[in-house]
Amino acid sequence: MEAVTDNLDLYWSGFLRSLGICLWGMVGSLALGTVIAACRVSPIASLRFFGTAWVNLLRNCPLTVVLFFMAFGMPEIGINAEYYTFGVGALVLYTSAFVCEALRSGINSVSAGQAEAARAIGLTFSQTLGQVVLPQAFRSSVPPVGSVIIAMFKNSAVVGAFGVGQDLYSLGRRLTSSLGYDYIPVLTGVAIGYLVITLTAGLLLGLIERKVAIAR
Amino acid sequence: MRLRRIQAAAAALILAGSLAACGDDDEGASDPEVVEDAEFEEGTTMARIQEAGTMTIGTKFDQPGFGLLGLDDKPEGFDVEVAKIIAGAIGISEDDIEWQETPSDVREQVIEDGDVDMVVATYTINEERAQRITFAGPYYVAGQMLMVRSDEDAYETPEDITANPDGKVCSVTGSTPAVNIEPYLASPDQLVLFDTYDKCVDALSQEQVDVVTTDNVILAGYVGESDGEFKLVGEQFTEEPYGIGITKGDTEFCEFINETLAENEEEYLAAWEETAGQVEGTETPELPEPAPCV
Repeated sequence: MEAVTDNLDLYWSGFLRSLGICLWGMVGSLALGTVIAACRVSPIASLRFFGTAWVNLLRNCPLTVVLFFMAFGMPEIGINAEYYTFGVGALVLYTSAFVCEALRSGINSVSAGQAEAARAIGLTFSQTLGQVVLPQAFRSSVPPVGSVIIAMFKNSAVVGAFGVGQDLYSLGRRLTSSLGYDYIPVLTGVAIGYLVITLTAGLLLGLIERKVAIAR
Repeated sequence: MRLRRIQAAAAALILAGSLAACGDDDEGASDPEVVEDAEFEEGTTMARIQEAGTMTIGTKFDQPGFGLLGLDDKPEGFDVEVAKIIAGAIGISEDDIEWQETPSDVREQVIEDGDVDMVVATYTINEERAQRITFAGPYYVAGQMLMVRSDEDAYETPEDITANPDGKVCSVTGSTPAVNIEPYLASPDQLVLFDTYDKCVDALSQEQVDVVTTDNVILAGYVGESDGEFKLVGEQFTEEPYGIGITKGDTEFCEFINETLAENEEEYLAAWEETAGQVEGTETPELPEPAPCV
């Protein structure tokens, strides 16, 4: 295991960079996913159409394809940015479709009486959504949204293949190729790095779930 | 009726015969000699390959001039021709060679796993790799250089990379040029790594990166293809001896390869002329002295 112990500083900086990609991805996809879910349940038909088109497109494109479009397609049409930005952007776009669907299942679980009562006392659509429906929907959608976010943490490794250097994935490749270390210890170290992120997220998720559990 | 059928059958046979004769005509310009009945000691790799009648060779599929997959699904280039010379000396013709793509970072692994018999893939000899496999050769000495867009003036030498911390440098994960350029980076964020060179070349033309660095012959291939969009700058700042990767410890095979190349110097030079030598600005190399086989 000298491959790991000799390079602990590289592993640490790789871990931090991967953690950065994961956190930005989580914040972005939760925000965007909520907006798209609101579009899908809105009374305005064109917004519903937009939301459905968004989900159908991004849910059915493999992440690698979305990354290709961002990292190589955007510069082709003249939009240049850091590969880190493109990578996180692609991750956010892709995951937002899944977050939207998970949230929508939560929205559907809120009984229709809630929305009707909100209407009856005169709340507008955005007030209904923001004050009555979404808070309840979030509580019951914690498990599916949590799974989607943990899947996104693992997808962040794919981002490493598109020009984002120094994350755990690129570190693994660098150590095994040009520095010639053996595969198993290096990749075990990389896997442990990702496991720290995903297991911690899983524990936090369990805590949140217990806290917002709805007594039925 | 019967005569008609016989005539029709005869015509079909003649047609098929002439088509079969036609099929053999699209060979390469000069085919390496295939030695029919070479004698090898029992137990050597050469004997095993000769017995099997086929050979699996790892090469690059995306390197113009060295190993580039053509539309007929066969790679072409200098590395491919050198491999064919060696295969020919064992008695394997080029149709019996199975080509496998070996990008930079899997080359040691495929040799260790035994997926290929040898790797000829712009494979720079260095100490870390020599711990895991044996290198025959070197068969060519390249040097690392920089490639930039034609209208770029800011970069002449590797020190200019340190001087321009906002610029980005691109290379391939797991390659020696990526490691060699590290001392010149102002910060690790300057280096962008992809798994193949053609992604670096795309990024350069899209202005996502400013410099692509790797061995001069690989860059010369891309410059040649680019129609004036790119240029090479500066002098080569490293020496990259290309070797042929084989299983660790196989000294007989290593010595056989070195002898074969030394005996086939003419074919070696012809191979260069037909492939990488076609690019402007490259010089025909001399076959280097092989390193001792360990």
